[in-house]
Amino acid sequence: MLNRINTLIVKELLAVWRDKATRMVLIVPPIIQLLIFAFAATLEVSNTTLGIVNHDHGIISKRIEDKLMRTDVFSKIYHLNDSEVNDFINMEKGLVVIRFDQAFSEKVLNKKEGKVQVIVDGRKSNSAQIVEGYIAQIINQYSLEYMTHNNLHNTSNIIITRNWFNPNLENKWFIVPALIAIISLMMCIVVTGLSVAREKELGTFEQLLVSPIQPLEILIGKTVPGLIIGLAEATFLFLITILVFRIPFRGSILLFYFNLVIFLFSVLGVGLFISSLAKTQQQAILGAFIFMAPAILLSGFATPIENMPAWLQPITAFNPLRYFMFILRGLFLKDIPIAVVAANLLPLVVISILMLTGAACFFRRRLK
Amino acid sequence: MEKNIILQRLKGLVYKEILQIFRDPSSLLIAFVLPAIFLVLCGYGLSLDIKDIKFGIVTENTTPTTQSLVRSFINSKYYDVSVGYDRHTFEKELIAGKIKGFLVISQDFSQKIKNKNNFTPIQLITDGSDSNTAILVQNYTQGLLYNWLGQNYAAKLISVEPRIWFNSELKSSNSIIPGIIAIAMTLVGTLLTSLVVAREWERGTMESLMATPVSIVEIILGKIIPYFILGMISAILVVVASILMFDLPFRGSFVWLLILSAAFMLVSLFLGLLISTLSKNQFVASVVSLVIAFLPTVMLSGFMFEISSMPLVIRLISYVIPAQYFVSGVRSLFLAGDIPELFILDTVKMLLFGLAVFFIIAKKTVKRLD
Repeated sequence: MLNRINTLIVKELLAVWRDKATRMVLIVPPIIQLLIFAFAATLEVSNTTLGIVNHDHGIISKRIEDKLMRTDVFSKIYHLNDSEVNDFINMEKGLVVIRFDQAFSEKVLNKKEGKVQVIVDGRKSNSAQIVEGYIAQIINQYSLEYMTHNNLHNTSNIIITRNWFNPNLENKWFIVPALIAIISLMMCIVVTGLSVAREKELGTFEQLLVSPIQPLEILIGKTVPGLIIGLAEATFLFLITILVFRIPFRGSILLFYFNLVIFLFSVLGVGLFISSLAKTQQQAILGAFIFMAPAILLSGFATPIENMPAWLQPITAFNPLRYFMFILRGLFLKDIPIAVVAANLLPLVVISILMLTGAACFFRRRLK
Repeated sequence: MEKNIILQRLKGLVYKEILQIFRDPSSLLIAFVLPAIFLVLCGYGLSLDIKDIKFGIVTENTTPTTQSLVRSFINSKYYDVSVGYDRHTFEKELIAGKIKGFLVISQDFSQKIKNKNNFTPIQLITDGSDSNTAILVQNYTQGLLYNWLGQNYAAKLISVEPRIWFNSELKSSNSIIPGIIAIAMTLVGTLLTSLVVAREWERGTMESLMATPVSIVEIILGKIIPYFILGMISAILVVVASILMFDLPFRGSFVWLLILSAAFMLVSLFLGLLISTLSKNQFVASVVSLVIAFLPTVMLSGFMFEISSMPLVIRLISYVIPAQYFVSGVRSLFLAGDIPELFILDTVKMLLFGLAVFFIIAKKTVKRLD
């Protein structure tokens, strides 16, 4: 029996490896995904174009302009007339325009309140919010410095900020470790979900069924290759994360692999479900999407789960990716204590056992 | 007579395709149910409207000044504040990911602030491992602090008056939904189409088709027409659902919506055809559509992540992502109304891209059986 399973596994791996296109598909897309996600998935705003309408021409507005220019949020600055603002924002030439009224500097110099208008493009709600925050912070800070300098008050150094685990708030440190989980999940689902469907479409699955191989053996023969591919994929991405992106891994490698295997079991469970239901590869792709979209969107990958509406948050409790991603990020940057790992591993173990045994029973029933 | 035969053949091909769509329910599910799932998940789940961030404040004494500052944080809608006296408990919670940051207000805070002493009596610790939230926590904390200072100690000399155009409440669903329409159309146009055509290659039915007197153009048209209609219906349903479910404003005209959508649909279809023509295998076609069409639509179309913030190479790639132009146009159409100059530019860019893809397909799909 072991021999038969072995043969099946080798056959399955060979089927993936022999076809040049399939082989490429297992290697190239993960790299592209990793790179695009790592560099594109940033909620920071930098390098944008700023429009300035300055009716003031005084010293204070000039200083504020200088301050804004010195940040890397803005790379280009255009001076505009009032009539050009519409076109500037409408045609998306820039995200934001700041406007100084006449006599702005004069007011501030005379210790009266001066107002700066900040016009932002609300079509991009997130970037607008962030840019508006940046500008407000720079202007507030300048205002306090000015007051300190002129002995009006001394509060410019009231606060000091320390960012733990990631002092420079590098976005990649947040995104890339999570990608190890997401990309191995995607590849694992596509491989296990589609392999049976493809055999059904080509008719080779029936040949398998009439052979002396038992359903359980087919099941194992289809699961183990998925596990091997998932492990290989994750290891490959793990190495890129550490060696190319140079993101610190502060936790234990042993814990990483232990959690990874448990996580992959739950993914394989889903893959088997899809396999047993789908008659065609198109159906399998549909199944994969129906699982992957919620799994990724509700994992806390891009936006924190705490931001989601109250009715949606409990649903994330069933999402294996959520737990694994938390553990992964924790192991990378925080070296989270084993008790915290365990608290997140426990639900993951439960989900994996339920999914894998459930899918296995279902798969065997469908075969009979 | 020639014309009649061609039309009839085309009708036959389209009819066959429509039958196939209805026979395998997964086509309709991909066209209608998947977009609905994306709409609900992204519309509700991808919210960047931060509120009630778990946040701690450590106070070493309870003078009225300290209390007044703490109250201003408690009253803020951004934070869900817990107050304590021991920073070690908060440090542990930060490591366990239970809070996103905490503030330490030193014992001599009230004194220092009265004496105008230039010393830092407040410390903010954030969880840098979630860098996005950490940036927001920094911004909000400083904003709250400056406001509190302005109200109590040093009336602000310079104030910032934000004017938000087109989306005054900065609702993130308003920005995200145009991206979901693009996702729906990519699913039908590129993913589904590439699967359908790759299946014909895989099963050998494409060869049978080629053995008939039908020309390549007819085969391509026979595939494009039904999926074009399917994709447009799917897009319109998403638009209607988002207006009903998310109160998405619709300030532009329907005609421009149709023009922009039709251009994007066409490009997506061509891309799907190209992928299947090159891969001729459903597994490869599905992964390739995922990587070169679906993923860029999500990541590089600018509905979530600001394109200008990305490194140069990625920005260059984003220029050839048609979804970017579609999202830019449709987003403006919904939120700002008709801006014909922008829409024409977006449409032309999409069509140019479509034309380029079409030429590659035409070159690759010579009647050849290899």
